[in-house]
Amino acid sequence: MSIFIDDNTTLIVQGITGRDGSFHAKQMIEYGTKVVAGVTPGKGGQRFENTVPIFNTVADAVAATNANTSVIYVPPMYAADAILEAVDAGVKLVVAITEGVPVLDMTRVYPFVKERGARLIGPNCPGLITPGQCKVGIIPGRICTPGSVGVVSRSGTLTYEVVYQLTRAGLGQSTCVGIGGDPINGTNFIDCLAAFEADPQTKAVAMMGEIGGTDEQAAAAFIKQNMKKPVVGFIAGQTAPPGRRMGHAGAIISGSSGTAAEKIQAFQDAGMGVAKRPMDFVELLKARL
Amino acid sequence: MNIHEYQAKEILRREGVPIPPGDVATTPQEAENIAKQYGGTVVVKAQVHAGGRGKAGGVKLAKSPSEAREFASKILGMQIKGLTVQKVLVTPAADIASEAYVGIILDRASKKPVFMVSPAGGIDIEEVAATTPEKILKLPIDTRYGLQPFQATRLGFFLFDDIKKVRQAAKIMQQLYAGFMKAGCSLAEINPLVATPAGDVVALDAKMVIDDNELDRHPDIAALRDESAEAPSEVQARNANLTFIKLDGDVGCVVNGAGLAMATMDLVKYYGGEPANFLDIGGSSNPEKVVNALKIITADPNVKAILFNIFGGITRTDDVANGIVTATKQNPLKVPIVIRLTGTNEEIAMKILQENGFSASSDMDEAVKKAVALAKEAA
Repeated sequence: MSIFIDDNTTLIVQGITGRDGSFHAKQMIEYGTKVVAGVTPGKGGQRFENTVPIFNTVADAVAATNANTSVIYVPPMYAADAILEAVDAGVKLVVAITEGVPVLDMTRVYPFVKERGARLIGPNCPGLITPGQCKVGIIPGRICTPGSVGVVSRSGTLTYEVVYQLTRAGLGQSTCVGIGGDPINGTNFIDCLAAFEADPQTKAVAMMGEIGGTDEQAAAAFIKQNMKKPVVGFIAGQTAPPGRRMGHAGAIISGSSGTAAEKIQAFQDAGMGVAKRPMDFVELLKARL
Repeated sequence: MNIHEYQAKEILRREGVPIPPGDVATTPQEAENIAKQYGGTVVVKAQVHAGGRGKAGGVKLAKSPSEAREFASKILGMQIKGLTVQKVLVTPAADIASEAYVGIILDRASKKPVFMVSPAGGIDIEEVAATTPEKILKLPIDTRYGLQPFQATRLGFFLFDDIKKVRQAAKIMQQLYAGFMKAGCSLAEINPLVATPAGDVVALDAKMVIDDNELDRHPDIAALRDESAEAPSEVQARNANLTFIKLDGDVGCVVNGAGLAMATMDLVKYYGGEPANFLDIGGSSNPEKVVNALKIITADPNVKAILFNIFGGITRTDDVANGIVTATKQNPLKVPIVIRLTGTNEEIAMKILQENGFSASSDMDEAVKKAVALAKEAA
């Protein structure tokens, strides 16, 4: 078992002929993901790498392949439309990798996705991976190994860092999910924590948050009330100055709200393990497994 | 991106918001000339990307053109929260019967723009929220439908009793919302929105923060950027497509990815050091970015040691290694450098570095400790 993606995932790549889309489509195919279709308007009828059929629209791709998942590598100004297109075509899981999507666009996209009963992960995220089965996005496959730790994070490379250390210490992962660094994203910590709690393969969860917003505080309250499985958390940005956007659009301390200190306090209040350094995850998880 | 008050007012004027006239001066003489032109009492206001201008002495009421000149000479060049005032706005003073607050903020929790209005205007709204939250009305807006007239009216009634003022305020809500959406804002504020003794509702101040992700589709708004109001190193970094924020420490950090960059700064602090900056070289592999990153970091005289922390996923570590070699050949380093890299093409990267006289480790913890120690030795 795992969460969100597995052997049964059939994937459409939106923007498959672009620079990023083509590179990562190849990587996902190499990893064993069932990439069943690509979408690039005007290139319908062609094939990617002489195998994967390309369609003009997501609706065409779904009609022909019955794909259940889509991953988006289109430029920021077109990303909102690409998400709406995928959801409208009946895709149940949409993963938006694109960084730089205007936040106001997401205020229109989010309610539409919810009303259609679909799940959006991202935007501005590395995607997700269920080691040994399927990867959707850009997380390097070779740093992961199958196991029982669920990983959820707002960051990309910080996740790689932690996952790599888990793998080296013999702690495999059930699924790793990057929920993205934007202020409005489709899937939050609680969505992932609830899914990990319900997943029989997952025995413990590693959670990487950062400054900005209150998603981590809400997650801590959820963990305290609803989770039996142990969760270890880390917050990036303890040295970040207030009012500055730290790379991620969502990583900003507004006034006195969204600081690392208040998030760490919330973790402690919820009885979670708190990693002071990325390398602390290994010991804290081992002690709880 | 922050824009100045006079720029935000210009955007709102185009939407029809009633705002008294105003002109920008960069010298005391210009301020005096503008004051003469308007006649009567004027307000001289520092144009700087910081809150609390009034408390800092950056907003003054001038009764005559010569007083406007005098205040302008004091305010221009003044430091407010570390930023130097380069411009003042000179605007006729208004008669005020009451002051209200009107703002729209892009709210993460509701995932919508949220109107916040309060009859207690003219002061810091965070203070009102903390002490008298009942004086604030919050109203989330579904951007698929926009602000509906009944909502605008409801907001107006929270501020005023008199129906004439309510109608004026409701119209201003619509205009503010239109400006917020058109400019791609994450925040738009009118504080204060005043009622004059004659019964007119007028905006006396305006603030807008633009979502950086919107700038590509609003070149007119992007052109409002005032580079003189930012740290020169941050301007240089942005033009090189790097995300850079200057801090006060002495360990210069070059990292790929925002989360890892923050975690690296935190680890520097954990081991007793102070980071000199936040710098994310991003995901793509480009030696040129590394060259630019090193240029910016080495220009900071506070930097006593440089720390590279690269986790190669999409980023190829050999590209980073080549960037380091190229950059240090162009400009030999005067401070020690500690390199940590692991991931994609790590073996090639290590070989490139060794051949050029650098040592590198693959362990983040070890590298951070070493960089902190080297910075301390040099200090």
